[in-house]
Amino acid sequence: MTDTLKRTPLYDLHVALGGKMVPFAGYEMPVQYAQGVLKEHQHTRTKAGLFDVSHMGQCFLNSKTVEHGSDGAHEMIAAALEKLVPGEIQKLKPGRMRYSLLLSEKGGVLDDFMITRPPMANADGRLFLVVNAARKDHDYAYLQAQLGDEVELQILEGFGLLALQGPMAAQVLADHAPEVATMAFMSARPIKLAGIDVFVSRCGYTGEDGFEISCHGKDAEAIAKLLLDHEDVEPIGLGARDSLRLEAGLCLYGHDMDESTSPVEANLKFALGKRRREEGGFLGAERIMKEYHDNPSRLRVGIAPSGRAPAREGVEIQTVEGTVIGKITSGGFGPTHNGPVAMGYVDFEHSHTGTDVNLIVRGKPQAAKIVDMPIVPQNYYRG
Amino acid sequence: MTRKFTKDHEWVEQDGDGSTIGITAHAAEQLGDVVFVELPEIGAVFSQGDDMAVVESVKAASDVYAPIDGEVVAVNNDIVDEPAKVNDDADGAAWFVKLKPTDASQIDALMDEAAYKEFTQE
Repeated sequence: MTDTLKRTPLYDLHVALGGKMVPFAGYEMPVQYAQGVLKEHQHTRTKAGLFDVSHMGQCFLNSKTVEHGSDGAHEMIAAALEKLVPGEIQKLKPGRMRYSLLLSEKGGVLDDFMITRPPMANADGRLFLVVNAARKDHDYAYLQAQLGDEVELQILEGFGLLALQGPMAAQVLADHAPEVATMAFMSARPIKLAGIDVFVSRCGYTGEDGFEISCHGKDAEAIAKLLLDHEDVEPIGLGARDSLRLEAGLCLYGHDMDESTSPVEANLKFALGKRRREEGGFLGAERIMKEYHDNPSRLRVGIAPSGRAPAREGVEIQTVEGTVIGKITSGGFGPTHNGPVAMGYVDFEHSHTGTDVNLIVRGKPQAAKIVDMPIVPQNYYRG
Repeated sequence: MTRKFTKDHEWVEQDGDGSTIGITAHAAEQLGDVVFVELPEIGAVFSQGDDMAVVESVKAASDVYAPIDGEVVAVNNDIVDEPAKVNDDADGAAWFVKLKPTDASQIDALMDEAAYKEFTQE
């Protein structure tokens, strides 16, 4: 490793809590705490887990041509970003957020990220983005180059981002800020936690209800401790974050998607806005819309091994007759599923739910089935 | 009954004409929560260093190597049915395999407990 690993504002707290620190996306991050991955996973599914996701990139895109808060400011910044993403951003309402994909000219996915339109009227003309840690340098350079002089990229350097996830998350956070209890899923607003100004979004990447809390780096530890004080909250490491998102059918960029993958191949058709599909006008639209209408050559699918052996990234997928049809891109043990779970890409004609396949684990074929994702039902707040 | 250790974190204990083999508690702790164990067939024959069994945790898959030459005379199916036992009692009830050694002197050449302890602290 040539570069020095970076630390988030919660590094000291992780160490104090017994976090086992490992390199991840250029940061020293806790892969687990004393409880271990299985218990941390179960705790998040049954109560509430606190994750440090401060390594992720937080930035604003600001309109430089239309005054913030004035008519047309949101439409300007949204139209600019819509060239690079296939989602509906112009009609995003104040205080609402959307999962979207950063596209290359060839229609490949350069990153997946969250886009939020702030609720404050005077912030119209700004969009808040949360991007993957491993991609943030790339994304910032790409956004700036593609968006040009009319858009300012404002990077929130050294900020904290905490994710509180699980069925108890709303109750825990509402102890400090009652207004979060009825926040819609995929909405965001500023609140105060113990007198500290933070920006909270009802979202996450575990398949559970939950929140992400963006704050100044100097406040991150106080907020983490405030939440960990609750008896139902435990700190959760990257290991459980991975098994949680895998069961929830959510992609990990760089594994389940990369620059060669299109949104349709990645089985993320929902990220293509209706108006955007009709109008096009985003990078790679020709390829993406062709695949949308004619089907892609390969598709990301859920895979459930029939036995107990986990099938991990790189494992070959074959038909029962022995023809190679694809590869596992993420796989492991799903603690809530109580068995191995995986996702991967297979040739489109073999992608139907219920198809029997073989996974070649350590040279031996293991029976498995193509299944619908998520393998563990998502438990989002629906009001 | 002395227990011997390998650099791959297996332990071997000679008892009667069989050698019981497991992974060390240190290895189990490093692996994290064990979720899958694959054991060889009874009658399989291994040379020292061969892949003999597989242990998978929530984090990764690891091979368990034959610490000595020998033939499998028993396997512990309890840990196949309940892999978490490996985390609970790696040094005892969660043994993996019993081998009938081809050459018992191979065991003598392995590390003793003090040497293994020193090895894991390096």
